[in-house]
Amino acid sequence: MELHEQSIAQLSRRLGAGEVSSTELTTHMLERIRAHDAALNCFITVTEETALAQAKTADERIAAGQAGPLTGVPIAHKDIFCTLDVRTSCGSRMLENFMSPYDATVVGKLQQAGTVMLGKTNMDEFAMGSSNETSYFGPVRNPWDTGTVPGGSSGGSAAAVAARLCVAATGTDTGGSIRQPAALTGITGLKPTYGRCSRWGMVAFASSLDQAGPMARSAEDVAFMLAGIAGFDERDSTSAQRPVDDYAGALGNDIRGVRIGVVREFMGDGLDAGVGASVLAAVEELKRLGAEMVEISLPNAGLSVPAYYVVAPAECSSNLARFDGVRYGHRCEDPKDLEDLYKRSRSEGFGAEVKRRIMIGTYALSAGYYDAYYLKAQKVRQLIADDFRQAFEKCDVIVGPTAPGTAFRLGEKADDPVSMYLQDIYTIAVNLAGLPGMSIPAPASDGMPVGLQLIGSYFDEARLLNVAHQLQLATDWHRQRPAGF
Amino acid sequence: MQWETVIGLEIHTQLATKAKIFSASSTEFGAEPNTQASLIDLGMPGVLPVLNREAVRMAVRFGKAIGAQVAERSVFARKNYFYPDLPKGYQISQYELPVVGEGSVEVMQENGSGKVVGVTRAHLEEDAGKSLHEDFHGMTGIDLNRAGTPLLEIVSEPDMRSAKEAVAYAKKIHQIVTYIGICDGNMQEGSFRMDANVSIRPQGQAELGTRAELKNINSFRFLEKAINYEVGRQIEVLEDGGRVVQETRLYDADKDETRSMRSKEEANDYRYFPDPDLLPLQIDAASIAEVVAEMPELPDARRARFEADYGLSAYDADVLTSTRAQADYYETAAAAGGDAKLAANWVMGELAAALNKQGLDIGESPVAAATLGGLVARIKDNTISSKIAKGVLAAIWAGEGDADAIIEARGLRQITDSGAIEALVDEVLAVNAEQVENYRNADASKQPKMLGFFVGQIMKKSQGKANPQQVNALLRKKLEA
Repeated sequence: MELHEQSIAQLSRRLGAGEVSSTELTTHMLERIRAHDAALNCFITVTEETALAQAKTADERIAAGQAGPLTGVPIAHKDIFCTLDVRTSCGSRMLENFMSPYDATVVGKLQQAGTVMLGKTNMDEFAMGSSNETSYFGPVRNPWDTGTVPGGSSGGSAAAVAARLCVAATGTDTGGSIRQPAALTGITGLKPTYGRCSRWGMVAFASSLDQAGPMARSAEDVAFMLAGIAGFDERDSTSAQRPVDDYAGALGNDIRGVRIGVVREFMGDGLDAGVGASVLAAVEELKRLGAEMVEISLPNAGLSVPAYYVVAPAECSSNLARFDGVRYGHRCEDPKDLEDLYKRSRSEGFGAEVKRRIMIGTYALSAGYYDAYYLKAQKVRQLIADDFRQAFEKCDVIVGPTAPGTAFRLGEKADDPVSMYLQDIYTIAVNLAGLPGMSIPAPASDGMPVGLQLIGSYFDEARLLNVAHQLQLATDWHRQRPAGF
Repeated sequence: MQWETVIGLEIHTQLATKAKIFSASSTEFGAEPNTQASLIDLGMPGVLPVLNREAVRMAVRFGKAIGAQVAERSVFARKNYFYPDLPKGYQISQYELPVVGEGSVEVMQENGSGKVVGVTRAHLEEDAGKSLHEDFHGMTGIDLNRAGTPLLEIVSEPDMRSAKEAVAYAKKIHQIVTYIGICDGNMQEGSFRMDANVSIRPQGQAELGTRAELKNINSFRFLEKAINYEVGRQIEVLEDGGRVVQETRLYDADKDETRSMRSKEEANDYRYFPDPDLLPLQIDAASIAEVVAEMPELPDARRARFEADYGLSAYDADVLTSTRAQADYYETAAAAGGDAKLAANWVMGELAAALNKQGLDIGESPVAAATLGGLVARIKDNTISSKIAKGVLAAIWAGEGDADAIIEARGLRQITDSGAIEALVDEVLAVNAEQVENYRNADASKQPKMLGFFVGQIMKKSQGKANPQQVNALLRKKLEA
């Protein structure tokens, strides 16, 4: 099997046995990026020198017998994570030339674990988008069909993993930004419980929803990556002060008797028939493996998209106020006065979707509208969380589709924000409730990947990964690879 | 028409924590620009605030000092507006749920009676940086050293009815925050800044008039002048048939006037909402009890104790407890001197005069409290007279040592040996036989003044060292013999 086809466990064993060095592996992946990325545009920045230096360090660690499971493994970071002395653009002209003076906690932890950073991946601008078309650095293309989008906002990470340009990648998920692109590119992605991974150094979009998570080709790889990034961080007041479970250790558990809840509301109108059939096929397979099926209801799930499009823009309108052209980031030429500096720097620095959300959020927080929008949306959030709480009394894991369809054509939804927002109709409720959610490949539909979403109770990532891994042991849906990559 | 003035104050006190409220940067005043600004203070992408619990403890201490409810749960909110010295584009403050609820303080009115002024709330927030408009040739310099410095904003009820009352209230708050050690009270450095909401209404009207907010006043004198100017301006506007507009005004101390900064229409919509980066602030009963247990004695209680324990007059007790440093100084001096009243006289008299002359604060006194106490002890035990003591104090001030050393070195010990004093008296009486004769023939009412002549001669002869009481007694005895 070629190097870029191997799992983290396989690579770790081979690196440890001296069958391959991290330098060789890294060089191989850099060559693949050079060969394929022009067609896909997964990377905003490729950090070749850093990668080779880190690979060398990893090789020394391995030789010294101090390697962990991730040591020497080449990965990529979504360009939303601050990386010391490496450009951190967030997919925006605003930060086109921003060199971060520090590392995000997630980046630092993975570096500690010995991973090799190949580069920074493309994304929707400030993580606002579901197709990767809002990036200032151009759209990412889906390796399964380069006329289609890879989903977003972590589209660069998803496409890079799917095209085998990196072993794994980091992503962030505010309303589905890890799971939906994972679904559209046929990979495995996990959004952990809110607070499981530190947000320090992650450029904020909507602080109460943002969560970092891993993207890879299997639940097993994701488990290793999650172990590398999870944990309390005193620099993030919202990070959870509780021990990290042994994710890899729980993968082998038998899933017989695990109660799987199928969401009635997620299987009806608005779901593509092919996607629905694939999801049901995956559900059948879980049943065959001994899981028990129960039907559950999330009566308020229909309110999640409108609630989200109040809360997330409200927070973003405040979070993005720091990009004012004063201290860093884009500044307009020859500002006449302060107001001109603000107006032109921000008008030029932000793209249309970011501006749209800043305006929606500013409106929602305005005097006289706050109660009707922001406060109401927070109440809906509580209702949705309560729905899930009740559902988890009847089941252990909730399953359903990740996205309503397979990858769509570039430009197809670019002028219709509402239809774009509906891409996240099944994923957003999970963010609003702060729960962990995964997307893993289900059987393809018309040759295009389909995502099965698994939702767990708070901090139940180990069980999600276990169910996903057992399904992946029994099927080969996650082993499908896009032709030409 | 008779107008009534209504004033409410918002006071920003800078909390005396070592680190900022949401970052580990130092809060030290006067450092080179931007040397005390961390990634968090600079509002870098991806940074997050972490609350400094020391600032919370200080807020709780204030709440308990004014008898206010401390909220078990309060919430940090973002106040959104653009300004170059506000790096994040929002200030983290508290809005709907502040940490300190309603309380009150008692202030002395002009007529000498007490008046209770309500405190609506006090909330924690971060300070902004500074914009420097000079020295940058048409550009603006930004110094973010102050950004993120913890502030406690103390909001009063509109309970004050004159500029003098407002000043009395502000001084009271200043006294409390410095007493309990949560603020250094330094007004030049901006540690204590006042905004005054001023309105007027016809005497007897219940409804409040339209107010103007006078911003950023940094001295009690300016507070009084600004309010008085503003009241005069509003009366003039109304009596000319005009309307007072709700606006923010700035006091210009050089011109002694207020002028409009921005009207209500131009005011920002701050779009407050709970800061999702910070969990609600929970304060449990145990930690409140801990703060209460560590609470220093408050000024009102200390004043009462000074009256009761030291037998001081209300006036003296008030002066001596005006600041914690003053009260601490006095208590140390009184203990070392062994005479509370005598110590009070010296602290408020000679020492205060000397400090005043040099423009020094009690904390900067060249004479340590215990040293002054040492001087008081020598007066008390008759080693020196009060008159000699003044000279000794000057010598202590000049750094010549403590009272005992100076008395010894200069040979100032009072002559109390009755034989030696008698010799002096006899000598003076012998030389002035004519005056003795005159004295004895004089009217009793004139005698005390004439006695002074002899005392003067004797003191002169003894270089001021003869014990005046003994001299007096002996003289009287001999002259009346």
